[in-house]
Amino acid sequence: MSQDFLQYLFSGITIGAIYALIALGFCVVNNTMGIVNFVQVDFVSLGGMLMFSALLTAGLPMIPGLLLSVSGVALVAMLVERFGLRPARSDNHLVLIFLTVGLSIILRGIIKLVWGKNRMALPPLTPDVPVQIFGASVLPQALWILFLTVLAIGLLTWFFYRTSLGLSMRAVASNPTAAAVVGIPAGRVRLTSYAIAGALGGLAGVLVTPITTLSYDVGVLLGLKGFAAAILGGFGSFPGAILGGLGLGLLESLSAGYISSAYKDVVAFVVLLLVLFVRPKGLLGK
Amino acid sequence: MTSKQKFLYFIYLHRTGLSVTGLSLALLLFPLIEDNPYTLGLTNLIAINALVVLGLNLFIGYAGQISLGHAAFFGMGAYGSAIATVTLGMPPWLAMVIVAILVALVALLIAVPILRLSGHYLAMATLGLNFVMYTVLLQWDEVTGGPSGFSGIPYLSIGDVQFDDEFRLHYLLWSFVMVSLMLCLNLVRSGVGRGLSAVAGDEVAAQALGVNTRNAKIKVFILSAVLASLAGSLFAHCYSFVSPDSFGIFTSTDMVIMVVVGGMGSIWGSLFGAALITLLPEWVDMFETYKDFVHGGILVLVLMFLPQGLVTGLIDTIKIKLALRRRKNVAS
Repeated sequence: MSQDFLQYLFSGITIGAIYALIALGFCVVNNTMGIVNFVQVDFVSLGGMLMFSALLTAGLPMIPGLLLSVSGVALVAMLVERFGLRPARSDNHLVLIFLTVGLSIILRGIIKLVWGKNRMALPPLTPDVPVQIFGASVLPQALWILFLTVLAIGLLTWFFYRTSLGLSMRAVASNPTAAAVVGIPAGRVRLTSYAIAGALGGLAGVLVTPITTLSYDVGVLLGLKGFAAAILGGFGSFPGAILGGLGLGLLESLSAGYISSAYKDVVAFVVLLLVLFVRPKGLLGK
Repeated sequence: MTSKQKFLYFIYLHRTGLSVTGLSLALLLFPLIEDNPYTLGLTNLIAINALVVLGLNLFIGYAGQISLGHAAFFGMGAYGSAIATVTLGMPPWLAMVIVAILVALVALLIAVPILRLSGHYLAMATLGLNFVMYTVLLQWDEVTGGPSGFSGIPYLSIGDVQFDDEFRLHYLLWSFVMVSLMLCLNLVRSGVGRGLSAVAGDEVAAQALGVNTRNAKIKVFILSAVLASLAGSLFAHCYSFVSPDSFGIFTSTDMVIMVVVGGMGSIWGSLFGAALITLLPEWVDMFETYKDFVHGGILVLVLMFLPQGLVTGLIDTIKIKLALRRRKNVAS
């Protein structure tokens, strides 16, 4: 009984960490540009795909492969901002959000053309020998996910509180007009926010696709749940994104374990709708 | 005024009425000229899409809100009609009305809490609703038929006339579209419609002018959901078969593309957008492979260069060019 519970708990935290990474990516772009970046969804698939090519086509070892695919996604994200969003020169949010929807469709099309429509299997970072923790068996990949998520959050915190670019991004988030008045370069801030969002989405994709399977549209559902997690925690709040991600992951795995696994994917959205009814600004929203 | 000026002024004054009359006449005569069932099948599909897009455009273009889940209401209409007529044995027209009322209630339930907030929560809520509905359609196979779909839905009929071929369906579907078109055209020129455009322009300013912005947004959300539900019911009775794949989140994005291409806030543009995006696969060979590029590319290019929509945008550009030339002539 308690062993089952522990098992669900671990798998919930694992998938929750992935949702948290994706949710953070949504928040970073929302804070600097005030829009929902639907391309985030495809950054996740792209991360997995690049890792697949780095490992199996180029034959790189794990760590360089991981770094290369994460930075590859960050680069693609910067290209998306520079050549996809900035030329629109629009401050109409409706236009910008639909623009990200269009860019997401195009990027998904490119991924489909390059890697095909088949489902693929990505090997985990270290061989799959389950570790026993308090009687629950945990895959090493799950430990990697937790470790790298914590590392990414740590790096992000350091970046936002200790570097001048990070500080200027926080300034833009808290008051864009005032930030522009003191001469913070808006273009560079937006570009950086996309790079960070891409890196976070790519990392999530690299980490989660060995557990799920890899296909050109794997990111759609994961990304939407990441978005749900971001709103659950209060859209734009970083602690909220982490809390929302973990909460959503736990709810999902517990409901799959105790209620029904067929409707596992529905739970996230039902809970989200309920939270929006009761506390519309999310758990930690202002 | 000379008689020519009077005539032109008459046309200008009654331009909406005249266009509606002209379009109705054209649609009335169309099946007599073109009797190829395949072509009529395509124009019927345009009519169904146009019905959804008209409502969605009111919501996006006039209320300035984002819905990425209108395929959910479309699907509820289709499956609602299917279940009500086949499983429960209700008469089709009654089923259509009851389903539309139920969908309106669902829309109300979602809209009341969510439209209190500005921003992107509605995009998420509608997307979530769409996803939940899609999963239920797939998983609850005792009721919905699961992935293999639901077949054997009866055709609609009035008296002895049964709408079972493309020719008759043409008149049925386009009558629905023309009635909704007139409804929308009148709505946006009424006080409620002008209030809505004020909301899209600046919500705070609209509030200051005494527009009950929240109520206005809820009403138009429900109206658009009901139109989508009616379109869904017609879809079900028209093809007598429905499957979950027609109502996924990608259908919702296609509908948004139709709105954007036609022009956000342009009622006539909705018809154009629905027609263009529905016909596109017929014109472009190899479309299956490059479907994403074409759809995504159109959306991105239109938003970047003509954010007011393809037709409105082009007309505006030409108007500006002409005005500039006229000023140059006057100056020289």
